[in-house]
Amino acid sequence: MLEYVIIGNSAAAVGAIEGIRQRDNTGSITVISEEPYYAYSRPLISYLLAGTADDKKMAYRDVGFYEDNGVSLLLGVKAVSIDTTSKEVILSNGKAVTYDKLLIATGGKPFVPPMKGGDKKGIYTFIKRDDAERLKAVAKPGTKAVVIGGGLIGLKAAEGLVKCGVDVTVVELADRILSTILDEQAAAMVQEVLEGHNINVILNDTVTEVVGDNTVSGVILKNGQSIECDMVITAIGVRPNTDVAANTDISINRGIKVDDHMRANVEDIYAAGDVAEAYDIVYEDQRVTPIWPNAYMQGEVAGRNMAGDDVVFDSGFARNSISFFGLPMITAGIIKPVGNEYEVTSIVQPDKKVYKKAVFKSNRLVGFIRLTDIDRAGILTGLIKEKIDVSPFKDKLLDEDFGFVYMPKSYRKEKLLGVKRK
Amino acid sequence: MKRVYALEEYCVGCRLCEINCTVAHSESKDIIWAFKVEEPRPLPGILVEEVKPISFGLQCRHCDDAECIKSCITGAMHRDERGAVVCNADKCVGCWTCIMACPYGTIKRNEDKGNVVSKCDLCPDLPQPACVSNCPNEALIYVDRG
Repeated sequence: MLEYVIIGNSAAAVGAIEGIRQRDNTGSITVISEEPYYAYSRPLISYLLAGTADDKKMAYRDVGFYEDNGVSLLLGVKAVSIDTTSKEVILSNGKAVTYDKLLIATGGKPFVPPMKGGDKKGIYTFIKRDDAERLKAVAKPGTKAVVIGGGLIGLKAAEGLVKCGVDVTVVELADRILSTILDEQAAAMVQEVLEGHNINVILNDTVTEVVGDNTVSGVILKNGQSIECDMVITAIGVRPNTDVAANTDISINRGIKVDDHMRANVEDIYAAGDVAEAYDIVYEDQRVTPIWPNAYMQGEVAGRNMAGDDVVFDSGFARNSISFFGLPMITAGIIKPVGNEYEVTSIVQPDKKVYKKAVFKSNRLVGFIRLTDIDRAGILTGLIKEKIDVSPFKDKLLDEDFGFVYMPKSYRKEKLLGVKRK
Repeated sequence: MKRVYALEEYCVGCRLCEINCTVAHSESKDIIWAFKVEEPRPLPGILVEEVKPISFGLQCRHCDDAECIKSCITGAMHRDERGAVVCNADKCVGCWTCIMACPYGTIKRNEDKGNVVSKCDLCPDLPQPACVSNCPNEALIYVDRG
């Protein structure tokens, strides 16, 4: 009977548990997690902050999930290191857990830049459930917050804070918000909506100093401007949480390097999710892609392979679906290409807040942005994933009625009827 | 498992599948009541793609390897005991990640009903899906192709 050990307890871990149990119903599974909670939906922490999600909504799986899958939980305890020779995970309480197959699914940790005054009270991050709870306790109507970083995490924190009645300023170093998922045009349209909800957005700038006695009372920006505030949220970015693999023979670049089976370079050790650096089919390179669907899918592939299956992870690329104040957007792949090998088409309807953009490379779709009109966007995601030659219907791709009806009949029949192409 | 397949050669583009899907998912199960009185009116789980002369109905494929289930950030999207892919509206927060994930584009936003997704559920209470039963030209078939 195999002993499976999983470090971490979020999307990748749950994917791995479900992956293992597709093949192996008898092996023991132990999950080690520093957070003392059952798996919860991490993206919902902004809903928790805004008061629109309760415990029931936060739960990622049913209460009986762990028991049903025969999982032993070691919660509230940290895995501090791995002895790859004796095949043991060393815990913060001094104990060790032996494994036959190990998955490292430790996710990411916030990157907090060194800054003057960075040790004051009232500085928060926004990654975990506890972060949201801590912030919620101080986010009272009339208080002021500065969010450092206008990316997905920073803006979700900002939205949640505004819904708590907090006066919010977002400071972003780049020339636009959401620079990893939006181009200038889309970012400007989203920024307008944020500003319409009283979020003050400052671009091309950053916080150089946090001021106050022991507690935050304001920040000073690089341009010299002072902003009064009661709290600072640092949301500059997230780095793979590779700590547990440090000082081992596990190969780490930005994240833990894995092959297409999610195997690390050390036998019987796998990695998945935000801690892993896996193959990206759009960039055609090893990348850390910290998004929920990748984490689950990588975890599932890892779990199946740990249990003796032979499956590859072949769907790694960035894609995000997110809304701010009811403005939805779905983006994927390369959204702001550099180089003349790319071709771009776009449609803007400013009055409707509609923006659609498609990025092609060698007649393949490699990225898109859809703002407001997000319906059926998954068809485009599928075209990216399956590396389809889109040349027969390229000019229709952004049309409102785009669908399989515009695709070659043979492809349509294969997809919709399960008829294989000859 | 049995799934609904569209035969585009027979589809006349009448959209009776959409209408009967709405009726089957209404409270009253009555076409006039469902369209005239009920608020909000259920969204059809099937959609008709049409560029004359081609048309066909398309709804959730209930994929074995469902991208929407794997992508769902809350665990709302799941497979039920019949093997159908369904969404638990109590868990859905309307993040639309499933819309991003579904390669068939068959999941809809239901903003009238608390911002949750709406999709084909293969009509669990009927002998076969309403779209199939009500297609006037047998352009929708309900068969097991594995």
